[in-house]
Amino acid sequence: MSEKLTFQYVISGDDFTRAGEASSSVKNKLKQLGVDDAAIRKTAIAMYEGEINMVIHANGGMITVTISDTVIEMILADQGPGIKDISKAMQAGYSTAPEEVRSLGFGAGMGLPNMKKFSDEFQIESTPGVGTTVTMKVFL
Amino acid sequence: MELKSILTLPECTLLAQGNPDRTVSKVFCCDLLSIAMSKAPADSVWVTVMGNKNTLAVASLADVACIVLAEGVSLDEGTLAKAEEEGIAVLSTTLPVFDIALEIYEAGLS
Repeated sequence: MSEKLTFQYVISGDDFTRAGEASSSVKNKLKQLGVDDAAIRKTAIAMYEGEINMVIHANGGMITVTISDTVIEMILADQGPGIKDISKAMQAGYSTAPEEVRSLGFGAGMGLPNMKKFSDEFQIESTPGVGTTVTMKVFL
Repeated sequence: MELKSILTLPECTLLAQGNPDRTVSKVFCCDLLSIAMSKAPADSVWVTVMGNKNTLAVASLADVACIVLAEGVSLDEGTLAKAEEEGIAVLSTTLPVFDIALEIYEAGLS
């Protein structure tokens, strides 16, 4: 493909069980485009963790995915409470997720570490009281 | 090994048949979805007691071939219909996680 493709998803903040729909949609689009399976898996996992985080912590937000010949870029922006201590939040096992989320099998403090692990480039900016923006890239 | 050999295990109830001709890779056990998502091998048979919509989402995103719900856990009908749509098999068994994982292993999946 010579042009960039951009997709935008509004992530609803109130329905935990619907989290993953945007990631599934991106996964299907990447499959249709014939993107390599390993890159699809990385993108799907990184984005799903981000989606879950937005639902759990930020009352939803917006995800913009841009696909070009060389890179898949995901920008996850929310207007949630922000993260006070990013280095702490990046530690595997550190979590502020509520009990109901833990009982569904999430909230183990693996979200941000997984997002970093499965993307080739990971950037996070957060301002308490304003929101958080995560930018992830998977190179093709 | 093809998925169809697991779909017919005697202790299991078939809830969604997925793609029976799919070649499966490994058996994988985990209940924490974030770990399952990052560690479940592609085309694996995933044994878990976590039966909710997110289980299917994780399986789908991680390219799992079959979910095996242990300890009598099930999934609601809407989620099962979605599993069928996505080509992911779902089995349910009353056996504990280790016992069913061992049976799957002994059926030819090491």
